[in-house]
Amino acid sequence: MIKIENLSRNWKEFQIDQVNLQIKTGEYFVILGPSGSGKTLLLELIAGMWPTDSGEIYVDNKNITDTPLEKRGVGFVYQNYMLFPHKTVFENISFGLNMKKVDKKEVKIRVNEMMKLLNIDHLAHRLPRTLSGGEQQRTALARALIINPKVLLMDEPLSALDRKTRNDLIRQMKELHQKFDITMVHVTHNFDEALALADRIAIMKDGRISQVGNSTEIFRHPADKFVADFVGVENIFEGFAKKDGERLTIIDTGKVFIYSTEPKKGPVHMTVRPEDIILSSKKVETSARNVFKGKITEIIDNGALIKLTVDIGEPIMVFLTRQSFIEMELNIGKDVWTYFKATAVHTF
Amino acid sequence: MRKLDHTTIFFAIMGSFLFFFILIPIVNLMASANPGIIFENLQNQEVMGALFLSIYCALGATIIALLCGVPLAYILARHDFWGKGFVESVIDVPLVIPHTVTGIILLLVFNPGGIFGQPLSHIGLTFSDAIPGIIMAMLFASASFVVNSSREGFESVDPRMEKVARTLGSGSLKTFFIITLPLSVRNVVVGSIMCWARAISEFGAIVILAYYPTTAPVLIYRRFVDFGLQESIPVAVLLISVCLVLFLIVRLLISRWKTYDKD
Repeated sequence: MIKIENLSRNWKEFQIDQVNLQIKTGEYFVILGPSGSGKTLLLELIAGMWPTDSGEIYVDNKNITDTPLEKRGVGFVYQNYMLFPHKTVFENISFGLNMKKVDKKEVKIRVNEMMKLLNIDHLAHRLPRTLSGGEQQRTALARALIINPKVLLMDEPLSALDRKTRNDLIRQMKELHQKFDITMVHVTHNFDEALALADRIAIMKDGRISQVGNSTEIFRHPADKFVADFVGVENIFEGFAKKDGERLTIIDTGKVFIYSTEPKKGPVHMTVRPEDIILSSKKVETSARNVFKGKITEIIDNGALIKLTVDIGEPIMVFLTRQSFIEMELNIGKDVWTYFKATAVHTF
Repeated sequence: MRKLDHTTIFFAIMGSFLFFFILIPIVNLMASANPGIIFENLQNQEVMGALFLSIYCALGATIIALLCGVPLAYILARHDFWGKGFVESVIDVPLVIPHTVTGIILLLVFNPGGIFGQPLSHIGLTFSDAIPGIIMAMLFASASFVVNSSREGFESVDPRMEKVARTLGSGSLKTFFIITLPLSVRNVVVGSIMCWARAISEFGAIVILAYYPTTAPVLIYRRFVDFGLQESIPVAVLLISVCLVLFLIVRLLISRWKTYDKD
């Protein structure tokens, strides 16, 4: 387990401010944030690349705050790989074992095994500059994993790769995570990567952690507008909330009234996920609290999924499958009915 | 043929004055020398002694510059600290002060009663008119080449690469020797040869601090003063040949020594 308590450090131009985090043993933990949010610096602080101003870092209940980085047992993978350019793939991967003075024969066996596992065994004698991005990243992963670190820290490991290579590596990293039973901390600005890999996600902004939770929690219940915007939540409206009966809250956006089951009062943000909204061309009987008639103002064809914007007073986004889109014969300007339950409305 | 615009032609003409201004005198010196006399000088003990004294003392100065200059260069490349600008300026000062002034500065501290000379005389080191004096004069004038060139090399190595090496279990000093230094060795070597060549050429400071034993530049000066131009030419040709060979090696290293991260 990694435990971070009140970790702070001030660089003149940026600061990591009172970060608290607990990462469970064997967890795939993703730190998600926009560029400049301090996620790389946080990762480097955990690795011991900078001294801290205050706060403590524990790995498996051992305080490592002042342990030199070569003694922390923490692996590190950078976005631009940081392979040693004067060493071959084999020499790069064997580096950590040689530092530990592992027997030459054993080094050879273990490096060959690792290269096979990551499908880079044919590259053993190549220099890093002759490799593709994906091959370099696999080499960097192999180099870090071979010393069996307790924790593997990865800074934007997939950001420099093309989509296909990235998807391959996401699959492979899931396998590696299971096989090595290792705690992985992965920093990224890409929400899809986080969704694909993370057991839990921390959202970071301006050197602080704004929310920690699993992907559903963060996606469904963003802690604030920043998180909602950042993870790409659609349909965020501002309004004024007040109680309506025993269990309902009514939110006045100025243009429409929307029901929610979450008890809130005063100025709020609210969101409803596009996939929770039902669309029909005729009025139908339903148990949904929120029923609005509106005109289609925009149609975006995303292939399998069609994104519609419907003006119900506020522009609201609805997802449709291509099949239902064709069957309903929708086009811009057409009147439609939208329905969504009060439980689908999240306020923050 | 590619058409050249007026500016390019004008600039090329202006530039070529400088180019030929430097090239022609050197070629002229080499051409005016009589090969027979040069060969004679090669067997002259005084000449060869002075030449080798210059080469050896310069080598000594370069080794000292490496031992102290490379660590300094690494600190300057990796750390920001209060007074860093001052340290950088001090290292570069010898490049801008007249070399005779350098000689006087050094004589003041290295004479047997000076702040360096006195304590060092207790362990048997004398500087005025002695080999250690020659080495000190050379070191003062040329050490900045090692520092500046090495620093440039260290700066080109990403510090994150060193940090990754350390997460893999390599201590900081070991990381310097197996990652940073091999990746910047070209800059260190180029800086050292520049330092060496500059040290061999040193005259002004040496003539004041240690006129004896005679180094090659001092010998040239003495022959010129005592016997005139013709007598000094052969030694000049030999000295410039040594310097040009060193310089040629530097140029070859810069252009041919492949770095690993570039094709």
